Amino acid sequence: MTGTTMPLTGADTLVIDGVALESRLIMGTGGAPSLDGLGAALVASGTSLTTVAMRRYSPAETGSLFQLLVDHGIRVLPNTAGCFTARDAVLTAELAREALETDWVKLEVIADEHTLLPDAVELVEATEQLVNRGFKVFAYTNDDPVLALRLENLGATAVMPLGAPIGTGLGILNPHNIELIVSRAGVPVVLDAGIGTASDAALAMELGCDAVLLATAVTRAQNPALMGEAFKHAVLAGRMARQAGRIPRREHALASSAMEGRAEFL
Amino acid sequence: MNITLNGAAHTVAAGASLTALVSQVTGRPLSADGQATDGGRLGVAVAHNAQVVPRSQWHATVLNDGDDVELVTAVQGG
Repeated sequence: MTGTTMPLTGADTLVIDGVALESRLIMGTGGAPSLDGLGAALVASGTSLTTVAMRRYSPAETGSLFQLLVDHGIRVLPNTAGCFTARDAVLTAELAREALETDWVKLEVIADEHTLLPDAVELVEATEQLVNRGFKVFAYTNDDPVLALRLENLGATAVMPLGAPIGTGLGILNPHNIELIVSRAGVPVVLDAGIGTASDAALAMELGCDAVLLATAVTRAQNPALMGEAFKHAVLAGRMARQAGRIPRREHALASSAMEGRAEFL
Repeated sequence: MNITLNGAAHTVAAGASLTALVSQVTGRPLSADGQATDGGRLGVAVAHNAQVVPRSQWHATVLNDGDDVELVTAVQGG
């Protein structure tokens, strides 16, 4: 068989803010029981960008997550998890920029601890302030096409709509909205949150997302390293399927074997 | 002299700078520009009375009795 086969890596690099990311799988680090296990899962996933949270320094803490990421050559994306107001999110982002020496930030401003859903009003306010302060804002947002466009117009570097609430593993609850966000976006779209298993990530990429961000699905899997590797393949498969162009859906069957030239049995 | 560090009471020498405090807590010697002298990346940041202080300013920032300091680092999350 001849024909062009897309290489699995390299030729289809995601570029964000001028930085080439080898993998379209962005990993979170929350929920892992140990740093060693986390490191193995991150390596298996092939990720080149990974989120961390900013919390009070504790001398008792053994091992440094930041050092682990540096050692593996994984770029760090600090988040503002746990912030309920624009003020807290901006302060947290400033601390992260200072501590980790990056102006990339995953902006997360949640409404309440029960749903963990983004608070749209505070999110818009924080995006505006952070962009003005020179941050590259990766905005974690509701799956709302109107809000996504608004964040982009405010200067967000990437918009990251949720598939389902954080940690639920419910997959992509509103694929239509995700498709709509992708179709109108001029910045990278990253499906963030709600992913449960590999097929969810493949679907996100088939819908046209530029990348997928997930944590719990890997860190709390029975075998995190194996699941990390599964996601690596799922993201690649979904991306390739998107670029290959799927067949249209049809109401009725369509034979793939010709009816002409059949043998006749008398 | 008593300050609040990460929400808990903490004692520092009178006239101590943020550099002295960060070095004391992390156990790593720091140069005047706020970098670890062991060559590794420090990976921490400081808010002093709810204002983020760049590491280059730690040396020049002197603590006062009753000050509130938050010292943060990267942990698992997101």
